[in-house]
Amino acid sequence: MPTVKFIEFNGTEHNVEANNGESIMVAATSNLIPGIDADCGGECSCATCHVLIDAEWRAKLEPSTDTEESMLDLNPDRTEDSRLSCQIIVSDAIEGIKINLPEFQY
Amino acid sequence: MSGIVVIGAGQAAGQAAASLRQEGYEGEVTLLGDEAQAPYQRPPLSKAYLSGDIGMDRVLVRPENFYPDKNINLKTNTRVASIDRDNKSVTTESGETYEYEKLLIATGSSPRILNIPGSDLEGIHYLRTIDDVDGIRGAFEKAGKICIVGGGYIGLEVAAVAKKAGLDVTVVEAMDRILQRVTTPEMSDFYHNLHTGRGVNIMVNTGVDGFEGDGEVSAVLCGDTKVEADLVIVGIGIIPNVALAEAAGLECDNGIVVNDHCQTSDPDIYAAGDCTNHPNPIMDRRLRLESVPNAMGQARTACSNMLGGDKVYAEVPWFWSDQYELKLQMVGFSADGDSSVVRGDKDANQFAVFYLKEGKVVAVDAVNSPKEFMVCKQLYGKPADAAALADPETELKSLLG
Ligand SMILES: Cc1cc2nc3c(=O)[nH]c(=O)nc-3n(C[C@H](O)[C@H](O)[C@H](O)COP(=O)(O)OP(=O)(O)OC[C@H]3O[C@@H](n4cnc5c(N)ncnc54)[C@H](O)[C@@H]3O)c2cc1C
Ligand code: FES
Repeated sequence: MPTVKFIEFNGTEHNVEANNGESIMVAATSNLIPGIDADCGGECSCATCHVLIDAEWRAKLEPSTDTEESMLDLNPDRTEDSRLSCQIIVSDAIEGIKINLPEFQY
Repeated sequence: MSGIVVIGAGQAAGQAAASLRQEGYEGEVTLLGDEAQAPYQRPPLSKAYLSGDIGMDRVLVRPENFYPDKNINLKTNTRVASIDRDNKSVTTESGETYEYEKLLIATGSSPRILNIPGSDLEGIHYLRTIDDVDGIRGAFEKAGKICIVGGGYIGLEVAAVAKKAGLDVTVVEAMDRILQRVTTPEMSDFYHNLHTGRGVNIMVNTGVDGFEGDGEVSAVLCGDTKVEADLVIVGIGIIPNVALAEAAGLECDNGIVVNDHCQTSDPDIYAAGDCTNHPNPIMDRRLRLESVPNAMGQARTACSNMLGGDKVYAEVPWFWSDQYELKLQMVGFSADGDSSVVRGDKDANQFAVFYLKEGKVVAVDAVNSPKEFMVCKQLYGKPADAAALADPETELKSLLG
């Protein structure tokens, strides 16, 4: 059960015990982390599960798909750290990963 | 303290349970649902769950242990029989009574039933619940010929999955085109050609008069035509579940009438999801929607207001549909437009149709075009230059101003 650290926009931190194989989005919503809406339930159809992950952690993840990139592209809060959390699967390789939450979901 | 009771344990109810705890509510939360499962999402039922690509774990709104962990009293297999507004309680069919401080009705909708000769034959299915799909999946393996009655999104999604599973597929549609109720002739045409190109037989202007078979269905009767089928899926629309609300004297009119706070005509009773008829301040009209974003959004708004908030539900409707390898994402209602413009390449199955009214963007149908979908969410109601929208050289970002 890897630990995932969610950091709200206002700085509040939450450490969550996530399950291998579930998405970061599911780890967040199952633990009532505010700031992730996930309206489409993880289908990569809504972009309301936007998170920011710094380069060091990003390098440990599977790269994003074209669909994910397109969904992110027009997000006003997009940075190079942007990912959709429903597309990131929890594994032991990312034990301790830090996930920053944006101020808004669109 | 008797807390908050939710009738129904579907998409809106599952979100409500999470929202109440997320907002810091510590009182009792009780979900009373008549299905056997914890709240789950219906979209995969006609898509990846039907095809077997994903299992039950990916369909649940929250994992099963979420409810005990967050001290939510989830009662499955529990159907509510009545609401007593004077005593602020609900009674289940088995006779248990639950008192509420605030009540949320999230009863969803039920498939419209065909009542014609032969409609009680084996092999005729509706598609609303996970139990329905489990029945259909079993039949898929044995069936050779499937007939889908109704060419709406759900019917067409089933057609795509059935075709991939190697079945002989016929779609029978009473109107003169598929998707008639929900999209433009242009999009209907596109989807018609897509499906016929994959070998689906589509019959429009074709009403169903009955079913033939000896115990099990063997054919669908449409006037002089007989469509052979050993499996039939009927998808001819839904009816909002308002019976409880109506019997309790709450105002209903094509859904439970709520205000922009998701509150019914009784200030202690709220409603969310498919069962509501609600005002949309952005679109300046009342709507009854059948979509997940609507169920989630209304649930969040209702919960916030039940806890003393002052939140207005105001979101532009959006929806999606997956057929074959094509992902359709829609914003707004295409019928609102007085003109339209295509961006992209229809032949390559990658394009978006933007709809404008008096020069302002009011809708998009985006096929394999997530950027166009995302831009429309932000451009909605704003003026846009049609030529710029159509020009693939125009950076969509530049339109956001
Ligand atoms: C096959 C299928 C595919 C879909 N695809 C999409 C899609 O791609 N995108 C999209 O946005 N939407 C889609 N939808 C629509 C979406 O699933 C619904 O809009 C959404 O589920 C509505 O949520 P709800 O909570 O209002 O109702 P539901 O999720 O239906 O929940 C209502 C629950 O209340 C229960 N109930 C009713 N009466 C009682 C009672 N008296 N006592 C106890 N329980 C009761 C019902 O049995 C049900 O479990 C699809 C629907 C179906 C059926
Ligand atoms: S949950 Fe919708 S895109 Fe991630």
